[in-house]
Amino acid sequence: MKKVLGNIGLYFVAVIFLIINGYPFVFTILTSFKSQMEYMMSIWSLPGKLFLENYEKVLAPSFLRYFANSLFVTLIAVTIIVLAASMASYVFAKLEFKFSNVLFMLFVAGMMIPIHTTLIPVYVLVNKLGLYNSLSGLIGPYVSFGLPIAIFIMTGFFKDVPKDVIEAAKIDGCSHFVIYSRIMFPLSVPAIATVAIYNFLAIWNEFIYALVLINSAEKKTLPLGIREFYGLETVNIPGILTAILVGALPVMIFYFVAQEKVINGLVSGAVKG
Amino acid sequence: MEDMAVQKQNKNPERRKVRKRVNYSYYLMIALFLLPALLFYGTFNVYGTVMTFYYSMLKWTGIGASARFVGLSNFQALLRDTILWHSLKNNLILVVVSIAIQLPFGLILALIINSKIKASKFFRTVYFMPMLLSTVAIGILWSLIYDPNFGIMNSILDVVGLGKYKSGWLGNEKTAMAAVLITICWQFIPFYMILLRAGLTNVPAELYEAAYIDGSTSWKAFWTITLPLMSNTIKTASVMSLVGSLKYFDLIYIMTGGGPNRATELMATYMYKKGFVEFDMGYGSSIAAFMFITALTITAIVQNIQKRSKYGKEA
Repeated sequence: MKKVLGNIGLYFVAVIFLIINGYPFVFTILTSFKSQMEYMMSIWSLPGKLFLENYEKVLAPSFLRYFANSLFVTLIAVTIIVLAASMASYVFAKLEFKFSNVLFMLFVAGMMIPIHTTLIPVYVLVNKLGLYNSLSGLIGPYVSFGLPIAIFIMTGFFKDVPKDVIEAAKIDGCSHFVIYSRIMFPLSVPAIATVAIYNFLAIWNEFIYALVLINSAEKKTLPLGIREFYGLETVNIPGILTAILVGALPVMIFYFVAQEKVINGLVSGAVKG
Repeated sequence: MEDMAVQKQNKNPERRKVRKRVNYSYYLMIALFLLPALLFYGTFNVYGTVMTFYYSMLKWTGIGASARFVGLSNFQALLRDTILWHSLKNNLILVVVSIAIQLPFGLILALIINSKIKASKFFRTVYFMPMLLSTVAIGILWSLIYDPNFGIMNSILDVVGLGKYKSGWLGNEKTAMAAVLITICWQFIPFYMILLRAGLTNVPAELYEAAYIDGSTSWKAFWTITLPLMSNTIKTASVMSLVGSLKYFDLIYIMTGGGPNRATELMATYMYKKGFVEFDMGYGSSIAAFMFITALTITAIVQNIQKRSKYGKEA
């Protein structure tokens, strides 16, 4: 009897959280098929007929431009992060030199420091470099902010690769570059995936640096674009919700395809020593 | 001792030369491997942090304007700036709420998806979904939920007969902070769920079996087995939420902009306003420097306490 009651309690709590966490998504999807009028008449009703004007509005060239911009910045920055971090991690994990520990700590300290404190200097620097209001101006800071966690994760992973593998390669006459590119890099695919996913999501959703470094409409990334859309369509709640939904779609699809990887990637920043 | 060293040196000068050359190329190789990472990190993180402290000693209205060195006078003004202390207080409220609400709820969700509940995978999938939205999207979504005229929140109150409590949640000084905090909890609880769930799976199942054989209830087992064994995960989670809460910006900027009447102002939003709205770059930088010092100090204190109180071998 007690067990049955306990089970009922468990399911009750579980379903309540299901509603709290999941219903906003259901609500967003349903509302995206309603007209503004229909929404105002009744917030809770199901869409009467399939109303697609919201999607037409969102999938216009201007909004797709934000998409393309975000994709461009994110892909380049993530690629650089993976390459730069794996090279540095190879050194920290497998080679000995005097300042190895100090440098490693310098990078890892970046995980503890609030990056927002560099907002004003980065804004000034990007201006001086002539990269203000350009997508490439975002890449530098994004790479820099992504490196600490990436180096932390990859160094940990590289350390677990047995020394014998490297010694054997050295005896075969491989240079360190060959060992890195032909042995370590291919071996570390799981760590690379984690680092790539973590940074992809962080950069895809990044807001404050984009806000400060970009100002023209055609250079805006997706988060800035969604906010702009929100500003323009203040009262068109179904339209705004559609924009949010479409903006999140790539991440959502990826999540449903590779759930474990996405979850691990997102939480990986937390798995520190 | 000395003799031996001399002897060794004289023994084979040729060989020493070769070894030295190899060493140079070894260091060159290390430098090349580190170069890309150092270049980016040095330019933005390190230089950026150093320049924050330099700019904080300037009277400066921004690019193009001339800057005047004023020493520590920005900091003197800062210490008397009631808005700064008010913002810091809000940041600390955020820290407390994060640790006192997000962590326990994250633990409840972790226990649910870790229990023998049917379709636990489905529950996990849905519970995690808020993490997939950008902060901008969450901010806008919840602004619409709190909308005084067409928001779900007021509509729910109407439906359940509490219509008299309807409010413009974000526009009201008294409710704005709470409304924003609820949103932040919604955003981050799934994160702690996954983090704490990883800790739960590390607790050996035999311990529970033994406890149940000894007649323990699951409630008792939770307090005597689960929690103590998870203390390290919980500590990690607390430090994370601490660091995150001190730099919080996006959601507040989107939902309230720090208002109404600074009710939700945080250090980061205040810094942004000073630097990029009022173009007082020097003063803005001094707020940033203050944030940096606060975050570093609090993190150092907490980690120190943890180190002293830890009894497990991992931390």
